[in-house]
Amino acid sequence: MAGIDHAPPPFFKQGPAPLALLTLYIALSVAIFVVDLRMHSLDLVRQSISLLVDPLQRVAQTPGSLVDYAAYYLRGIQALEVENRELKHAKLTTAPDLQRLAQVEAENERLRKLLSVKEREKAQGQVAQILYTTRDPFSRRVIIDKGQQSGIVAGQPAIDEAGVVGQVTRIFPFSAEITLITDKNQAVPVQIIRSGQRSVIFGLGNGQLELRYMPNNADVQVGDVLVTSGLDSIYLPGFPVAKVINIERDNAYSFARIFCAPIAGVENFGELMVLTPREAIPPAPPEAKAKSDDDTGNGIRRKKQRAAKAK
Amino acid sequence: MQPSNASSRILQPVRPWFIFFSLIMALLLNFLPTAHWPGVPDWVALVLCFWSVREFRRVGMGWAFVLGLLMDVADGSILGQHCFAYVLLAYASAALSRRLLWFPLLQQALQVLPLLVLCQAVQLAMRLLVGGDFPGWSYFVGPLIATLLWIPATFVLLLPQYQPVEQDPNRPI
Repeated sequence: MAGIDHAPPPFFKQGPAPLALLTLYIALSVAIFVVDLRMHSLDLVRQSISLLVDPLQRVAQTPGSLVDYAAYYLRGIQALEVENRELKHAKLTTAPDLQRLAQVEAENERLRKLLSVKEREKAQGQVAQILYTTRDPFSRRVIIDKGQQSGIVAGQPAIDEAGVVGQVTRIFPFSAEITLITDKNQAVPVQIIRSGQRSVIFGLGNGQLELRYMPNNADVQVGDVLVTSGLDSIYLPGFPVAKVINIERDNAYSFARIFCAPIAGVENFGELMVLTPREAIPPAPPEAKAKSDDDTGNGIRRKKQRAAKAK
Repeated sequence: MQPSNASSRILQPVRPWFIFFSLIMALLLNFLPTAHWPGVPDWVALVLCFWSVREFRRVGMGWAFVLGLLMDVADGSILGQHCFAYVLLAYASAALSRRLLWFPLLQQALQVLPLLVLCQAVQLAMRLLVGGDFPGWSYFVGPLIATLLWIPATFVLLLPQYQPVEQDPNRPI
């Protein structure tokens, strides 16, 4: 039996000691932090909690959207007329291209059939409204008003009227999260229109993007427009992504630092279009069997050497 | 309720539904679009700190953990980030509560400041560790403003507990 010095008699029910509780909760927090960061296996938890939080968030957005609506209403008929005129004008200026687009596409399709090249995929999608940007200051993401219920899946690209905005990264039952292309380390495979050179563009997190791994003497000029190259199986080729605004060539480094600004209104509120996922690309052809019994590191090095020789 | 030398009024016991209500309101305030403005405080942290100081038997680390989860999902940040910070905040506030309430409000606010800064700094450290970018010093303006708000927050959150000043002389007790 426990002696009198062993434990205090339970006069007052106090529960576990605070320090024990703290240790437990902190261990739990760190565990879910690591699991969410590295294994992404907590999406179901996130989705179920979002069912609870989402209505609250929508309620909290209501006053803001009411103010926006009121401001829009009070802008007056004159401003609207000006905008209307400008839109009509813009529509007219794009009309010559657009009117012939259908014919050009049909012609393109016929020619591709003649050359027995695979047909170009058509871009389709659904329009979604941006509800709000997430409060996290470390990332650049927005929430749209369509989710699992509308058939949105993770990975779909999103564009606005000017170019690529981002990519769906998380889906919730009634909303989805889009990571903008300016988010830190968000990558988009691109191609320079002028020279046809391919590369990958990364977000910097400060509203700009950087074209990485371009050699110092690469043919890039300020003002070059970058479009999606379509080499990933996510973005269709040809959507404008960014424009080169600044190039720093320093011979001390082997790569030039090329800064770009997004073409789409990435940081704006409004509507955007979530494109349907691309058709699955055919699987990559099997690697050459030769020398495959080496360990992978050697294999890669040899492949690089082979590539260098081919150049 | 803690005794304090500065308090001239005896407070009524807190109503549990009011604690719940105030925490939900804090969540709503955090979800407002104003949360993107620089220097807007983390309302949940402020209210949680307040209740952890005043009523650490009712609002403890369990609440902090759940609120942290809700904030993580709402923010789109990594799960566990707010949980960690809030649990730490709740623990530190509860540890401080026996001493804090003996001070006048302004000095209380001064002692709350390090807690709120710690709550923010922990989140910053977690994100920097996993490769985030430093969001700028404006990130730490929020806790400063929250500290200034400690005084009005005390009045607002204690409002339902105040008794009428005029006492009925014929009352039996």
